[in-house]
Amino acid sequence: MRSRTRENLAGWLFVAPVVVILGLFLLLPILMALWVSLTAWNGQGSPFTGGVPFVGVDNYARLFTEDGLARQDFMTSIRNNLYYVAAVVPLQTALALFLALVVNRRKAFFRTAFYFPSVTSSVAISVVFLFIFSNSGAINQLLAFAGVDGPQWFSDSRGVIQLLIGEPPAALTEHGMLGLTWWDWLAGPSVAMCAIITLVVWTTSGTFMLMFLAALQNIPKALDEAAMIDGATRRQRFWRVTLPQLKPTMFLVLTLGLIGSWQVFDQIYVMSQGNPAKTTLTPAYLSYRTAFRDFDYGAGTAISFVLFLIIVLLTLFQRWAMRERKA
Amino acid sequence: MRRLVLIVFSVVFVYPFVIQIANAFKTDPDAAANPLSPIPHPATVAAFERVFLGTDMPLWLGNSLLVTVVVTLGRVLLDSMAGYALARLRFRGRRGLFAAVIAVMAVPGVVLFIPKFLVLNQLGMYNSYLALILPLIADATGVFVMKQFFESVPRSVEEAARIDGAGTFRVFWSVVLPMSRPALVTLTILSFQGSWNEFPHTLVAVQDPALFTLPRGLADLVSGSLGGGTQFPLKLAAALLATIPVAVIFVIFQRHFVRDLNEGAEKG
Repeated sequence: MRSRTRENLAGWLFVAPVVVILGLFLLLPILMALWVSLTAWNGQGSPFTGGVPFVGVDNYARLFTEDGLARQDFMTSIRNNLYYVAAVVPLQTALALFLALVVNRRKAFFRTAFYFPSVTSSVAISVVFLFIFSNSGAINQLLAFAGVDGPQWFSDSRGVIQLLIGEPPAALTEHGMLGLTWWDWLAGPSVAMCAIITLVVWTTSGTFMLMFLAALQNIPKALDEAAMIDGATRRQRFWRVTLPQLKPTMFLVLTLGLIGSWQVFDQIYVMSQGNPAKTTLTPAYLSYRTAFRDFDYGAGTAISFVLFLIIVLLTLFQRWAMRERKA
Repeated sequence: MRRLVLIVFSVVFVYPFVIQIANAFKTDPDAAANPLSPIPHPATVAAFERVFLGTDMPLWLGNSLLVTVVVTLGRVLLDSMAGYALARLRFRGRRGLFAAVIAVMAVPGVVLFIPKFLVLNQLGMYNSYLALILPLIADATGVFVMKQFFESVPRSVEEAARIDGAGTFRVFWSVVLPMSRPALVTLTILSFQGSWNEFPHTLVAVQDPALFTLPRGLADLVSGSLGGGTQFPLKLAAALLATIPVAVIFVIFQRHFVRDLNEGAEKG
């Protein structure tokens, strides 16, 4: 009995520092933020004194139901992030799988080269890409070799769909949904956003490549050989043998990608600060800006919680979708 | 065919770093005119001189080093203590605590910006080294990695030490930790890389330029504290200084980066 008590005590002593730190800087903050999202605190003094106006769900209502700048900015950020997710998740997954297939059982050098961008500082790499995508930078020089006049990447706010089809039909600009016109929703990611998408796909593919590689190396060789004996072509072996074996990893990569791409922040902060014309504004960056630049902490925190909810819901949906297909 | 594909993609992944290094040694007009060229013409270290003499780079380097070393040491010790307790000690509430660790790992970092600021502000820690260090000094992922590792180690050695009458901390410190080198190296590297590169936390923890770490100072340079032209060679030189430490560690300890990720993939 005594030794039982001692082990209880030892256990809690061992975990105490971690529990205190995580409690203090993870759990407590979430609870405090929940309160602040229901107030109109402006950053002066403490948000937990009587003087701070309690506004209930007003901050949330401003994001969804009240016509105004807050909703317009928030919906713009959602729109931008949707395009970002729609581009980044498939591209990085496909590139990661492709790279894994070509480096499988090859020299470690290639693995290292493809993985290295993932471990470097996001700020430093953003600076490099800012230079590469600058007006007289590497990308525009390459485009010039091909006879294409490159855009001014970080000052061009036109969407790519807009660039393709030109001026919008009037029907789309006159009506809309949630504070944005249909055309605003449909114009596509801006040229600036495409530069950021390129950077992110380039940095994250290496990480996911390693996950695919680990999975590839776990596939029993006999499986592939058996298919070969049965006369399956390379293509058939890939689609019928390799790919089904990679399903759990595919699930992991897609889920992690989906969760990660709603959190894009560092690159936006360094490269565009939400510009041009708010086309690279994302919910994560908007929540930061609303709180720390506009001193509207209530609205900023409310955006964080909505983002939190989006991430949780997407994760659940993803799990559900993969389970359906498996059955 | 496969060779060609490999070469093309290697260029795509490596060349941006070539551009970074080459242009850090160029003059401003040369970088603007020939951004693609891997050879500076003329080669100059002027950008580095300006980084060290004209910006707060020495200060940022010092701050980054201090924060990284303290956070890394803290994480290695605290995460392995917690991981050990969760793997080995039978204390009440252990299961619940482990479930909490798993849940915490899923909380997205970006939704915590403002909340973390609120707590630091409320505790009177905002704008201090403590604010830069303390919230990062333990992390759920590290606890998870260490717990998984300790569970894979046989108990027999510890039990022998226990029979000899050593206390729990004594067993942990002089028997378990020395056996755990591979996991400790992995955790050290991940913590070093994570805290050296950490950027958003500094945004909500400090605003005094004397407390800026390297990523924060670099971001500040880029967002216009520099004035006068784009000055890309200078920015690239500063970015290079931020990249080098992690690059060196990556090259030396590559196996550990890779192994940890593979373990991550398997648990999924």
